[in-house]
Amino acid sequence: MGQIDLIDISKSYDKQKNVLDEINLSIEEGEFFVLVGPSGSGKSTLLRMIAGLEDITSGTLKISDKIVNHLPPKDRNLSMVFQNYALYPHLSVEQNILFGLGAKKVNKKEQQKRLAETAEMMGLSELLNRKPKELSGGQKQRVALARSVVSEAPLCLMDEPLSNLDAKLRAQMRIEIRRLQKRLGLTMVYVTHDQVEAMTMGDRIMVLNDGKIQQVGKPITLYNEPENLFVASFIGSPKMNMGKAVYSMNQNQLVIEDTLRIAQGPDMDDIPGNIDLTVGIRAEHLLPGTAENTTHHLEAVNVEQLGNETLIAFDVGSTLWMAKWLGQWDVQVGEMVPVHIDSGNFCFFDSNTGLLIKSANFVKEQEVVSI
Amino acid sequence: MSMHSTAIPATAGSQIHFDKVKRKQRIKNFFKGMLFLLPSIVLFGVFLFYPLVRTIYLSFFLTDAAGNTTVFVNWENYVNLFSSPVFLQSIKSTFLFVLYTVPVTIIIALFLAVIANEKLRGIGLFRTLYSSTMGISVAAASVFWLYLFHPSIGLLNMLLEAAGIDGVGWLTDPAWALIAVSITTIWMNLGFTFLILLGGLQSIDSYLYESADIDGAGYFYKLRRITIPMLSPSLFFVITVTIINAFQTFGQIDILTQGGPVNATNLIVYSIYREAFVNYQFGSASAQAVLLFIIILIMTFLQFKIGERRVHYQ
Ligand SMILES: Nc1ncnc2c1ncn2[C@@H]1O[C@H](COP(=O)(O)OP(=O)(O)OP(=O)(O)O)[C@@H](O)[C@H]1O
Ligand SMILES: [Mg+2]
Repeated sequence: MGQIDLIDISKSYDKQKNVLDEINLSIEEGEFFVLVGPSGSGKSTLLRMIAGLEDITSGTLKISDKIVNHLPPKDRNLSMVFQNYALYPHLSVEQNILFGLGAKKVNKKEQQKRLAETAEMMGLSELLNRKPKELSGGQKQRVALARSVVSEAPLCLMDEPLSNLDAKLRAQMRIEIRRLQKRLGLTMVYVTHDQVEAMTMGDRIMVLNDGKIQQVGKPITLYNEPENLFVASFIGSPKMNMGKAVYSMNQNQLVIEDTLRIAQGPDMDDIPGNIDLTVGIRAEHLLPGTAENTTHHLEAVNVEQLGNETLIAFDVGSTLWMAKWLGQWDVQVGEMVPVHIDSGNFCFFDSNTGLLIKSANFVKEQEVVSI
Repeated sequence: MSMHSTAIPATAGSQIHFDKVKRKQRIKNFFKGMLFLLPSIVLFGVFLFYPLVRTIYLSFFLTDAAGNTTVFVNWENYVNLFSSPVFLQSIKSTFLFVLYTVPVTIIIALFLAVIANEKLRGIGLFRTLYSSTMGISVAAASVFWLYLFHPSIGLLNMLLEAAGIDGVGWLTDPAWALIAVSITTIWMNLGFTFLILLGGLQSIDSYLYESADIDGAGYFYKLRRITIPMLSPSLFFVITVTIINAFQTFGQIDILTQGGPVNATNLIVYSIYREAFVNYQFGSASAQAVLLFIIILIMTFLQFKIGERRVHYQ
């Protein structure tokens, strides 16, 4: 149970513009599958189509190898947490949680047992007699989660279930959900805006933009080898530093944003010189320069002390590049700071197509290490 | 209040001064509020409170044909009412009438509203049809039903006879007259009740049903656990209004039966009207009116008491 296949799925609300466009995707049984994308990219729509709340305009949807395009939600054996909670305002927390079990005529003893377990796990035991309007946003969200958990459906769809929790509770719920999913072997489709959630929870991530799949893969793959500029700028926080790059006249230097000059290294041999390039470098690869290895001096325009690390924004031509340095660095705004940039850490993209030409080198090094 | 009057030097006496300013503001606010209320107070006073007080006053007197008080009789008007079989009959008919009309109206209207709330092509036509009786005046509706009830050329009896059943003296048979009037009233109230309930249904968020769909709830489970409870404020409203309306029914009685046959449809408001403007017993009529007022007051009070527990307000 629980394997989902989407074959050429498209959706359009007004018969003109496709909100989702030719989605092909296979979600494995027991997988934690995360869906990310900017607002309006069609994440909720995709989830609602899997749930059966939205008609599929074209394409085939299979759940456990059976075509379910025509099945109503109740026959798909899944649970869902809605973006707006969808709690029943006239029912108490307890009645809300048990609503589905009542509908499926689960016996009373079993209901109470599951209720007690779930309420305990979600920290709702004290709130069972309250009405939804007497709950805070975070508490409502936990009730919505509890409602989905209590159903024990093998397939669980969640639409930004943690967006209203505070940081501490969110971290805790993240672990709870992940543990629950592992323990029950749930297949999970999880929509989120949160980078940390996407990176830490997902077995695989799918990045959606404007109804089109940008990339599907392991979180770390998306981070290290983004297939295009969109994924590169979307995954990771702070986002990847980008800049337009051209080769200098004599082909031995790469000029980024008309300011940074990088010496032609062995890493760049296979980069074609005759196309518009965009280079990207992660904030953690913009290193502090020591006396020996300083390659450039950049002007710091903003400094954020996070305690264990320091975020520094540098002025690079028309854009800002963020550097993330471990520890506390005493950098003044306006100061020219020595930095070390290794050309091996650059990702190269074709500016016109947006596609990746070559990812950063360190990936390969690390893969060697991990083998 | 201008800033100058409040910005006073912070001396020991400032506290007292401060209170004074606040009191002045309160008085000013009170008069301002009163000014806004004045139009309603005047209207209510002239057309509602004065007649009410006057009615209570009249109910303790005998009057002449012009309605002027003649003899103070204390509670005698009331005592007479309770020993009058005609009045007791009219109370009984009124309660029966409420019992016949209110539940049936609500149930039919609820049923129509639920089916008209489905998202189907052309549903707008049905919504218009079902709510159309709202636009028909009591007089027009009554005349319309008068023809339907007509013993020989009326559609109802023609249908009955076509089915081989003897016709019914809808408006002339004491056993049927109240039912006939009830049918007319239900038909007339349906449009309004339907419209309110449909409005209530449409204000229920669709995500509740989506969530219930995923939970695997069937049609009747959703109806019982979501629709009815979420509709309870609208239901409560229409129940209250239909009950009050039923107690105050007048127009259809006047046109269809004039309270007959043998007082079977002599509902209380019609009885008041006859007592006052046919028999010129303004004292006794006023006493009846006061009783009606008390009955409606108690009914409404009870409803709110029960409603408090049953009605879910968002
Ligand atoms: N019922 C609808 N009718 C018409 N258009 C809709 C409907 N629901 C969504 N859309 C459109 O479909 C697109 C995708 O919406 P969707 O709700 O799936 O976005 P999302 O990725 O979930 O965004 P968010 O992160 O803000 O929740 C949007 O452009 C939206 O305007
Ligand atoms: Mg959404």
